[in-house]
Amino acid sequence: MTVSTQSPALPQRPSRIAWAAQQRVLIALAALILFGALRYEHFLGAYNVLSVLRYNSMFALTSLGMAFVIMTAGIDLSVGTTAACACVVSALLSSYGLAAGLFGGLGVGLVVGVLNAFMVTRMKILPFIATLAGMLIASGTGLLLANNQSVSVSYDTDFTWLGQGDWLGFPVPGWIAIAAYVYGSVLLNYTSFGRAVLAVGGNEEAARLMGLPVDRTLFWTYVQSGLFASLAGVILAAQFGAGQPAEGVGWELFSIAAVVVGGTLLTGGVGSVANTLAGVLLLGLIFNVLNFENGLGVISLSAYWQSVVRGVFLMIVVMAGSGAARRALRTAAGPGG
Amino acid sequence: MADAPTLPRGRATPDLMAFLRRYAALAALIVLLVFNVLVTPHFLSLQTLNVNLTQVATIVIVSVGMTLVIATGGIDLSVGSLMAIAGALAPLIFLSPFGVAHPALGDALAFVVPIAAAGLLGAFNGWFITRFRVQPIVGTLVMFIAGRGVAQVLTNGNLQVFHNPTFQFIGLGRVFGAPFQVIVMLALVAAAAWTMRRTLFGRQILAVGGNDRAARLAGVPVDRVKRGVYAISGLCAGIAGLVVIAINSSSDANLVGLGMELDAIAAVAVGGTAFTGGQANVVGSLIGALLIQLLRYTLLANGVPDAAALIVKGAIIAGAVWSQQRGRSA
Repeated sequence: MTVSTQSPALPQRPSRIAWAAQQRVLIALAALILFGALRYEHFLGAYNVLSVLRYNSMFALTSLGMAFVIMTAGIDLSVGTTAACACVVSALLSSYGLAAGLFGGLGVGLVVGVLNAFMVTRMKILPFIATLAGMLIASGTGLLLANNQSVSVSYDTDFTWLGQGDWLGFPVPGWIAIAAYVYGSVLLNYTSFGRAVLAVGGNEEAARLMGLPVDRTLFWTYVQSGLFASLAGVILAAQFGAGQPAEGVGWELFSIAAVVVGGTLLTGGVGSVANTLAGVLLLGLIFNVLNFENGLGVISLSAYWQSVVRGVFLMIVVMAGSGAARRALRTAAGPGG
Repeated sequence: MADAPTLPRGRATPDLMAFLRRYAALAALIVLLVFNVLVTPHFLSLQTLNVNLTQVATIVIVSVGMTLVIATGGIDLSVGSLMAIAGALAPLIFLSPFGVAHPALGDALAFVVPIAAAGLLGAFNGWFITRFRVQPIVGTLVMFIAGRGVAQVLTNGNLQVFHNPTFQFIGLGRVFGAPFQVIVMLALVAAAAWTMRRTLFGRQILAVGGNDRAARLAGVPVDRVKRGVYAISGLCAGIAGLVVIAINSSSDANLVGLGMELDAIAAVAVGGTAFTGGQANVVGSLIGALLIQLLRYTLLANGVPDAAALIVKGAIIAGAVWSQQRGRSA
């Protein structure tokens, strides 16, 4: 009730929905971790935890950028190929050192992000189509630069530290992802930009009439998504020691799935940064748990089952979410307005 | 909405510009054809025609279903995965002991069962979307992720190699010199275009896409129409999956239909169907697919690497949609 009394025009975050979604995602995550911890001996071992984090940090980054885009009621299909293109560029520049590889890769994200943003805000092309074009352009550029081959990363410089290194006993990609999520959380919850993102996603026309800088908000959201995707690409190159132009296939849809599992609605206007991370970890841990289950030797599920399990899991989340969201919306819309 | 008789006819020049913008894809296709006739060696040959049509057929077949889905304001990301499932099922059937013992029945089942399965899974998409009021992107994302997994699990991820002339007629056969899948493609385009123009179902699709709520209030069975278009999209994907494995003489669940959803969506977008729904341009999707295909062929035939062709493809998609939007608002 307190939600809709302040300013009815601005689509506030319906805290009740967010709260319900938050509990659901976090409870599911906690349950999965508890299940793994009780069932498998080394599930909570340092090696497993750190390697899960090291690997999923890339998806965490693409999903964070995606979450902001989706909160504006848009979508970014280009994150996978942007990561691949950045991966190639940073590998090519890795012999000049860490900074060259890092900023070269980020440059790719900046360019693709600005391109997407230009198409969405200036040419008024639907985000789905605009970022589909951006996806193809990034993919083609990556393949051209790499000459259709895998580009090896230089081990003479400290570039690989970004993917393989540790800092204070914790993987560097994990630190990067944590920093990104802290940034994202502050941005969404404590800045006018974050409010504007939700307002634009809730009702773009209303936000425009209220004088919010709609185009500027959208512009930065797509640029930011490109930057996070390219950061993931840089980590990919550093982690696997190669710039792979054909990597990143399907990352965009995995990221969308993670954002959806995290309770962010594709209609925009609602979203949570922390739950997006929970969504990424949930989808990532499903694979991990399947591996452990195979290790026990009781059953033998091929890696192919992970897609089936992930799909069914997404379905359950969506089914549960649709009912809860509708009920919460009904109560929120009732007396308030 | 598509051909509503309310177009204001004003001065001739702006109309001509609007006309050109609206038919930008067709114009670009003609320009590209003329360019090829002049520049690309051996372009005007039956072989070139067959190569291009054969390659584009599966995309067009899938785009037919996609056009109807998009006309209802939806989208179907699952088509590639449904192709993989159909492609995985067919060899399992005709290579099975039963299929080998009864070749005629086995081949017949290898056509019917996979296409029906893909159609049923499409209908499931529609049910999921309407029953739980899920956004189509999310609803079909479920099948996109799970569907390929199912295809991989069915075949254990193995490549299925086969030689079965009866079954492979769908991909390799010729009728009066024309590749069979091209005839299937044209038949589907014609059937869908006719459905959209002449049938109640077609009108209902446009009504649902134009305004879901108004259509519901007007008594259109909105949910049934939506389930219908996703089922049709699944059927089209199933047919396309069989064509692909017939051409390859093998079925690889990891690869069949990979990325097809985006190719089909691109064809529909270039073809001029608006993603807001309420409009369906089936022939436009055919033209869009032909344009993208011919563009790639032109670039490759003139020595441009495939990767650069991707960049051009991206630019064409954005450019086509942009010019159509200006055409609509003009």
